[in-house]
Amino acid sequence: MQTDFLLQIKDLKASIDNKEILKGLNLEVKHGEIHAIMGPNGSGKSTLANVLTGREIATVTAGTVTYEGKNLLEMSPEERAREGIFLSFQYPIEIPGVSMVNFMKTAINEQRKYRGLEPLSASDFLRLMREKKELVEIDSALTNRSVNEGFSGGEKKKNEIFQMAMLEPRLALLDETDSGLDIDALRIVANGVNKIRRPDTSVIVITHYQRLLDYIVPDYVHVLYDGRIVRSAGPELALELEERGYDWIRKDADLSEETWTTDRK
Amino acid sequence: MENNQDKLLGEVTSGEYKYGFVTDIETDVIPKGLSEDVVRLISAKKEEPEWLLEFRLKAFRRWQTMKMPEWAHLNIPEIDYQDIIYYAAPKQKKGPDSLSDVDPELLKTFDKLGIPLEEQKRLTGVAVDAVMDSVSVKTTFRETLAEMGIIFCSFSEAVKEHPTLVQKYLASVVPYSDNFFAALNSAVFSDGSFCYIPKGVRCPMELSTYFRINASNTGQFERTLLIADEESYVSYLEGCTAPMRDENQLHAAVVEIVAERGAEVKYSTVQNWYPGDKEGKGGIFNFVTKRGICKGDDSRISWTQVETGSAITWKYPSCILRGNNSVGEFYSVAVTNNRQQADTGTKMIHIGSNTKSTIVSKGISAGFSQNSYRGLVKVLGKAEGARNFSQCDSLLLGDRCGAHTFPYIEVDNPSAIVEHEATTSRIGEDQIFYCNQRGISTEDAIGLIVNGYAREVINKLPMEFAVEAQKLLQISLEGSVG
Ligand SMILES: Nc1ncnc2c1ncn2[C@@H]1O[C@H](COP(=O)(O)OP(=O)(O)O)[C@@H](O)[C@H]1O
Ligand SMILES: [Mg+2]
Repeated sequence: MQTDFLLQIKDLKASIDNKEILKGLNLEVKHGEIHAIMGPNGSGKSTLANVLTGREIATVTAGTVTYEGKNLLEMSPEERAREGIFLSFQYPIEIPGVSMVNFMKTAINEQRKYRGLEPLSASDFLRLMREKKELVEIDSALTNRSVNEGFSGGEKKKNEIFQMAMLEPRLALLDETDSGLDIDALRIVANGVNKIRRPDTSVIVITHYQRLLDYIVPDYVHVLYDGRIVRSAGPELALELEERGYDWIRKDADLSEETWTTDRK
Repeated sequence: MENNQDKLLGEVTSGEYKYGFVTDIETDVIPKGLSEDVVRLISAKKEEPEWLLEFRLKAFRRWQTMKMPEWAHLNIPEIDYQDIIYYAAPKQKKGPDSLSDVDPELLKTFDKLGIPLEEQKRLTGVAVDAVMDSVSVKTTFRETLAEMGIIFCSFSEAVKEHPTLVQKYLASVVPYSDNFFAALNSAVFSDGSFCYIPKGVRCPMELSTYFRINASNTGQFERTLLIADEESYVSYLEGCTAPMRDENQLHAAVVEIVAERGAEVKYSTVQNWYPGDKEGKGGIFNFVTKRGICKGDDSRISWTQVETGSAITWKYPSCILRGNNSVGEFYSVAVTNNRQQADTGTKMIHIGSNTKSTIVSKGISAGFSQNSYRGLVKVLGKAEGARNFSQCDSLLLGDRCGAHTFPYIEVDNPSAIVEHEATTSRIGEDQIFYCNQRGISTEDAIGLIVNGYAREVINKLPMEFAVEAQKLLQISLEGSVG
């Protein structure tokens, strides 16, 4: 089924330990669009990323997620990845003893297999590694080490973008990829994303701050507050948030009639 | 190597034991039970000299006074030693000189196990002694090796053709009275491999023995004797599998290694006896005594083992470092899943001065299994300047399995330096998810993590075995997460 939408999230509700975190979230992303999701700590941004990638921390209790016309929630995490969903983790995981080379090679070849392609030859693979390393300006030494082991915060974030470059996703979720980066690293990471992006790649940028959006310019900005998207607008919304903080949103949201039925019963 | 790894990661799809088939072949078996008469019968069947029968009988009498060891962290069901068949041999013409004399069913069996006995089909550089049940089926490349003075044949043949060597070295490292299982083996051992590398010779190919249990209700008691004369070198491999059966089968082997002055022996094992089913029904009881002596100065013995099989493993490949400057090494990966139990480790006995030993043990436990490392580092009074380094790591999958370490250190020389490091880690759900998010399945993720964890040991194996071992690690752990 061909639709304009790459991703459609309808009335999505999800809970952690019976506590509702996502409380009816709606979002539609077309091919090639960049969406920014902003919101205060604890509003459910990472939970949304987890639900979309199939991490079983939160349980989906209601709603639907359609990806390329398919029911995303029925797919295993690895299937979603092979279908082109990539998450740049807010907190990338260390895997001691597993070399980046081995890890990436396994990932790429699993994804190729899924698409009916032959595995990459060792030389093609190494060429690809070299090319992408240059593209995202990641230090060669990092890819010779174990996955994220002993990497600094900034190195981990760069390594996420390097993996994104290698895997060329159709939908990239960047969960606070800018946090903990100095301005130079931020520019490198943001430029990396822009270089990787093809015209039809869609990106959801989860961020706290406006500054990343100076580099990765979104088509839409959404404010996630208390498990719901409470405001959507163009890039100017990010600037407004930067200036005024989240307090005015909070006031807006608390006045909404919706809160009668959830928070105050 | 890289390519191979990918291939095997891709290839593996089901976690079932792949070697569980039974070969339908006529077998010469003796009645169940153990007595002096049975010992005599085995000896007679093998047409052994009187001294060997005497050795067996002494061992048998000693065994009758002994008890099964109870100190291991193992829950061993009662074994009825009268309910076991002590000799079973695939029927074939005596001493197959050429391959055409070997029963085609046997050839097929070893082919299926990936051990083709036709020399032209073999990987160059590996000579094989194939042992099924109680007898050696075929030893390859004997003539090539003989040209260099290397003896590589079945134990039975060695008894006939090289009796003085056998008599000189048999039980010189593991006395028949050493322990309950060594005594039992000494009484009823059937076959195994014999290997002698003459002075100054570097064995040009890997020597390997492949053990296969086929017959039901039988025990397997093989005996391996490996002698490296002065300044010689040999790398030796051992592999093993068995059919899937509901009953437990006993395997009690003895391996002895002698390294004379300046000799080096590398002994590698990939142990994949049938581990039993998920509920712990069936499987091999693997009670093995392996010991080497660095008899001369500057000699070296290195044990590398990848233990994935057996319902119960009780095994401590050890080194007696008698020669000055001699070196002992133990590299081990032991995997237990489902209801498997392993109690394995090593002993390093420093007698000579400036002796060195290294112990690297990597335990991996999953399911409801119990995995113990047991190691002794003993430095005697005269072992001036002795050094040991031990690294004992445990990796846990899930929270219903157990990992234990029992390190014993006894030092009687103040100049000795003994270091021990230990870690315990767990494969986290977050690590698995991170792999999943990149498109890697859970099974492959475990394979990656486990092989990364065990790499230091796997790297010590000869190339062909390393690939096999990686594959095995992953298969053994399938179904253990998620
Ligand atoms: N593993 C977890 N266990 C329990 N609660 C969690 C867990 N992860 C997140 N939460 C809770 O879910 C809510 C949303 O968290 P999160 O999605 O991480 O927010 P954000 O990414 O917007 O800061 C918070 O109240 C947080 O405490
Ligand atoms: Mg977050």
